Amino acid sequence: MSIEPVVLFFLLGVIAGVARSDLKIPPAIYEFLSIFLLLAIGLKGGVKLAEYPLASLLVTSLVVVGVGALIPLAAFPVLRYVGGLSRADSASIAAHYGSVSVVTFSVAVALLEQMGLNYEGHMIVYLVLLEFPALMIGVILARRGEAGMSRCGRLFHEVFFGKSILLLIGGLVIGYIAGADGITPLDKFFFDLFKGLLAFFLLEMGLVAASRIADLRHHGVFLISFAVLTPIMSGFAGILLGLLIGLSVGGAFLLGVLYASASYIAAPTAMRIAVPEANPALSIGASLGATFPFNIFVGIPLYWWFAEFVYRHAS
Amino acid sequence: MSQKHLLVIITETVLEDTVIDEILKLGAKGFTATDARGLGTHGMRAGRWSVGGNVRIEVVGDEDLCERIVASLTAKYDADYGLLMYSCPVNLRN
Repeated sequence: MSIEPVVLFFLLGVIAGVARSDLKIPPAIYEFLSIFLLLAIGLKGGVKLAEYPLASLLVTSLVVVGVGALIPLAAFPVLRYVGGLSRADSASIAAHYGSVSVVTFSVAVALLEQMGLNYEGHMIVYLVLLEFPALMIGVILARRGEAGMSRCGRLFHEVFFGKSILLLIGGLVIGYIAGADGITPLDKFFFDLFKGLLAFFLLEMGLVAASRIADLRHHGVFLISFAVLTPIMSGFAGILLGLLIGLSVGGAFLLGVLYASASYIAAPTAMRIAVPEANPALSIGASLGATFPFNIFVGIPLYWWFAEFVYRHAS
Repeated sequence: MSQKHLLVIITETVLEDTVIDEILKLGAKGFTATDARGLGTHGMRAGRWSVGGNVRIEVVGDEDLCERIVASLTAKYDADYGLLMYSCPVNLRN
């Protein structure tokens, strides 16, 4: 398996950031790119969802979300007692790792498409469903024993009506209603341009990640080890669960990527609102400065290898 | 007509909607918001993406309104968020 070329744009962004180049993606373009990616991923999922029976979706969704909720619950005590971080920081980082990254998922989807492999449309439903339970768990872990849940109203609004969930679900429904034939007039824009625009997005993420590497340096070995080991364990667990619930090898690989990815768009905003005493440099530094680059360069090929290995031996 | 003051609030983008709700509730007739970036005690706020950006909210009102806004925002957000507020007397020209 060759390296997916779009991830090299991330590297280019990191180099530009570290070298203090004047390269800057204007905020309006970044906004547009994120809206495009969310809609395109939603639409792809919606079109695929129309090809698979929906009946099995409810039970598997419950299982996928239930197992996914174990990630922040397992990460929290490690951060708190092994890492010695404060309750708020541990809860916030746990929430980032329980939630998912749409861009990491997009890179994995691009890889499957490059190899000509199919995956279940259910994955996009899981992507949406996995986005928020971890954020709720994070807030509960941070606030245990305290009455201060007053900002949760804003959190709920932010999570459910924030652009991530709104556009993913919107795209999913539109794709489902349109079906493979109905979407044809739009597919040049949303599907053919997908990789090119993903490359631009990764260039920007590289620039942002470069500015976060310094945060990580202050918090040393524990956080970096956590940021690398957690996705490997969660990713492998996701692939095994995929096998268990009868997904295709592509689907199980994507479930592994979802479990392995850490959020750095929805979770930072949600945690900043709901757990303001947590230091965002720690959670964003770990998820964006370490886990995201690890996942796209090492993790995704590793999860693919593991998925193939497991499916070969299971059959 | 009493002397008007311009109150400038610079804070994190995630607080924009909350702060705007707050100042309108406290009696402000309007506001102007612009994206901002800069350096302060919370480090570099480069404005590269929504979590790392700042917003600059300007309100014109009488001194009493400015005091109420400053007191309320300080109590609620100063401890945990990047927040800078300053004011000066201004002459409204229309």
